Amino acid sequence: MASEGAHGGPQSSGDYIQHHLQNLQVCKADGEWVWNHCAGNPMTINVDSMFFSIVLGLVFVWMFGSVARRSSVGKPGKLQAFVEIIIDFIDTSVKDTFHGKSRLIAPLALTIFVWVFFMNLMDLIPVDWLPKVGALLGVPYLKVVPTTDVNITFGMSIAVFFLIIFYTVKNKGFGGFIAELTLHPIAPPTKGAGLIAAPFIIAFNFVLESVSLLAKPLSLSLRLFGNMFAGELIFILIAILGIWQLPLHFAWAVFHVLIVTLQAFIFMMLTVVYLSLASEEH
Amino acid sequence: METVIGLTAIAVAILIGLGALGVGIGMGLLGGRFLEGAARQPELAPMLQTKMFLVVALLDAVAMIGVGIALYFAFANPFIGQLQNAL
Repeated sequence: MASEGAHGGPQSSGDYIQHHLQNLQVCKADGEWVWNHCAGNPMTINVDSMFFSIVLGLVFVWMFGSVARRSSVGKPGKLQAFVEIIIDFIDTSVKDTFHGKSRLIAPLALTIFVWVFFMNLMDLIPVDWLPKVGALLGVPYLKVVPTTDVNITFGMSIAVFFLIIFYTVKNKGFGGFIAELTLHPIAPPTKGAGLIAAPFIIAFNFVLESVSLLAKPLSLSLRLFGNMFAGELIFILIAILGIWQLPLHFAWAVFHVLIVTLQAFIFMMLTVVYLSLASEEH
Repeated sequence: METVIGLTAIAVAILIGLGALGVGIGMGLLGGRFLEGAARQPELAPMLQTKMFLVVALLDAVAMIGVGIALYFAFANPFIGQLQNAL
């Protein structure tokens, strides 16, 4: 390879890619905590994803909290103006989209948007910088973008899935939830000769509606994961090129900024839309 | 073994290529309708643009899932591991 070789002697480009796609993992094998020998062990924790996602969440809470506590009406500072722009944007989006009554939705949307945005933003840090710092501290593998880890995105989307079910049951009752799953989109006949067909129609409705219900968290998480993973992989592939990497890195990074913001926005909007559909009164 | 690697490479190409084809056609149609709508009623252009980006990201989703799976097969092919275990 042209200019790399810093991770201990010459290594092939395949090894470089594999090295950068490997999480820092800890797992329990035979009762002992083991680092990084966790292939195939389901009880594995990706320590680097957890670390960065928790740190970025705390940064978000601290930043917005400190602005809220020290907000001044007459002379807003730049940070306060920036935070106000974001909050206003989320407020408008939620007001336009959410047609129910809930005090949770706007803070939830704000958290999802800013947290996912910060996590995605880590992708713009040059590929080798943080892993090199990590190598100096004795950390062998470091993936710094939490949203390239399927576990993080699925964690968030499963939480949204539980919220969808909770809001459906809260606003329509448990009977309403079952009715929504079995009586849409084809209303089964309730009298006359068609009554024979009713169980089949209910079963058909149930299959369609449950696939549609399960597709929501699945597509939410895989959309975010796929976009971020592909972006990170292209950064790694460009980094292999040696001296030609600079203009390509710049071009891809400019495009990736759009994708980063868009994916955070989409995750938030779809969460609000799904929760709005769940809270709809007929 | 060569068959498996060769066919995996073709599968990766099909995954990425067909995804890109579908998304390209879809985005082209979407962009055309957006421009028509904005030309008809310029005052609605910002609102239409927001909604257009919403649909762009939804279209991206399935193509990106395909790209993610394809890149996984390109760099961490599970079939090779299975083959080596079987040999």
